[in-house]
Order: sequence, then structure tokens, then C-alpha cells
Amino acid sequence: MRRLLFIAPILAFAVLIGVFFAGLHRDPTLLPSMMIGKRVPTFDLAAVRPGDQGLRTGDLGGEPVLLNYYASWCVACRAEHPMLMRLRAEGVPIHGVDWKDEPEAGNKWLIDRGDPYLRVGNDRSGRTGIDMGVSGVPETFIIDKQGRVRYRHVGAITEEDWSQKIGPLMQRLKAES
Amino acid sequence: MRRILSTAAALALLAGSAAAVEPDEQLRDPKLEARAHSLSRDLRCVVCQNQSIDDSDAALARDLRIILRERIAAGDTDDQAVAFLVARYGSFVQLKPPIRGDTLALWFGPLAVLLLGGAGAAVYIRGRSPAKAAALTVSEEAELAELLERDEAR
Repeated sequence: MRRLLFIAPILAFAVLIGVFFAGLHRDPTLLPSMMIGKRVPTFDLAAVRPGDQGLRTGDLGGEPVLLNYYASWCVACRAEHPMLMRLRAEGVPIHGVDWKDEPEAGNKWLIDRGDPYLRVGNDRSGRTGIDMGVSGVPETFIIDKQGRVRYRHVGAITEEDWSQKIGPLMQRLKAES
Repeated sequence: MRRILSTAAALALLAGSAAAVEPDEQLRDPKLEARAHSLSRDLRCVVCQNQSIDDSDAALARDLRIILRERIAAGDTDDQAVAFLVARYGSFVQLKPPIRGDTLALWFGPLAVLLLGGAGAAVYIRGRSPAKAAALTVSEEAELAELLERDEAR
């Protein structure tokens, strides 16, 4: 019994060190999303492409889609853009939200770099993004057939992100009823 | 030198904490503004994570300050206004985490460690037998007897 009392604090300390050491290698920007499993909040965004219809909550669902937040002022979005273009060419449905940006700038971005989006809306005030818990751009949500958020990806989508996590999840969601 | 030091100290006291709140964000009603201000000091900015939204210059922090003030102006209680942001960004935004099932270890862990360590120390100290005093040597005995005798003789 006395031995145990002696060893317990040392063990507890060792466990704490383990926890903190593991914590050192975690990315602090990867916060858990509050949206997982919930329906996308209601929004109705103005068009980015002139004469286009913008993006509404009702446009999501039916088939699993990616909802990608971007902005013309966003540097990491430049790195991500070729990946989105590739996915679009492969037939992956992607909707876009031009976040905290002027629609003209968002449209120029699409003209200059290519347009990977089925539909794209402008969220100038950023409120739609805030309702989704967006903390910056680029950020991508996976929306299932029911219009619920199933996954949140923070930062640019890399080849590895697609092949390891996002692609397989999209495949699984396609199989869901 | 002393004068320079005391002047520097006085200036440092004057500086206080610089909030990032801009005049156009503030509510007209000073009471509501004071509530919003004190709430925003306890809400974490999700961009620059170790600053409150009150301190942060990040654009998103500014948006969240404005939303917080909108909620308060619309008649939300303090709890409701904070809950609005927690529903979107999680309780990560609360610089003072609430006491919940998953934060018990955070709140009471240090106390548990103190109790555990205290109990261990108590058992150890109690179980220790007091050290026996060494007996006096023959010469020390003689010296002692002599001292006592001298004392009595006085």
C-alpha cells in the first residue's frame, strides 16, 4: 500500500509527460468542428459570376459535394486552386463560397485561374462562414446527400488529404442512401 | 537613476492593456458596451489563438466582436450571447473553460495531484521512526557532571 502511494505520483507524472509530448506534435489550428452531423445553416448568397444564380442551402444535398471557402486575398487558396481544378476535371462536384471578399475580385479570380465550381456565392460579410465555424480560408466541408456536414478540412487540400481522407469519405457517402 | 526608474515604472502603469476595439464597433449604450467588452475579454480569437477577441486585430475577431454586440443589443443575456459563438466555434473560444464532464480533469486534476502527493507524504512521514539520540561518551559524561556540580556550587 505504501509502495503504491510512492509510485502513483511518479506514474501520474509520466502519463502527463506523455500527454504533453503527444500534444507538441499536434497542429493547434485543427479545431474540432461544431458542425459535424448537422445540417448546413440556411443561407442565400449573391452571385460571384455576373448573371449567375449564386449559392443557396437548397443547392446542397442530393449527392455528396465539397463546399469550398476561398477568397481572392487568400495566399493558401492559390496553392490549393490547381487541386480543385483537377478534382473538377475528375468529376468531383464542388460548390464555392467567396468569403469576406468583393464579388468582382472573386469573379476575377475564377477568370484568371479557372473555375472549379458548380455554383459559387459571395459571402461579403463573412457571416455564412461564421455560421459554419470557418476560421479562415481555404476551408472545405464535405456535405452528404441529406445536406449535412460530415467533415471539415482546414487549409489547402493536398494530394495526400484527397487520397487519404476526403476522396475515400466522398466514395463512402456516395454509397449511403 | 532612481528617478529614471520611477518614471519608467509610472509610464508602464499608465500603458495598461491595449484593446483592439475600434470606435465604430462600440454600442451607444455604455451599459451594454461594458457588458460586451467584458464578455469579449473572455472569448478567444480563433485566428490568433492566445489572444482574446477584445485584444486581437484579426478581421475575424472584429467580426465576432460585432456579432457579440449585435446579440447583446438584440436582448441576449451574457450566457446566450456566448452560447451563440460556442455553437459555431466550440467551447474552445471560452478562455475560461466551463466545468463539464470533459473538463473535470482540467479543473480538478491539480487538486487531485496535490491530495495524492500530500497523502503519500503524510504516510511516509508518519511511518518514519524518530532518530535515536546517540548516547554520551565517558568523557562527555564526566564533563557534564562537572558542569552540573559547578552550577550547584554557585
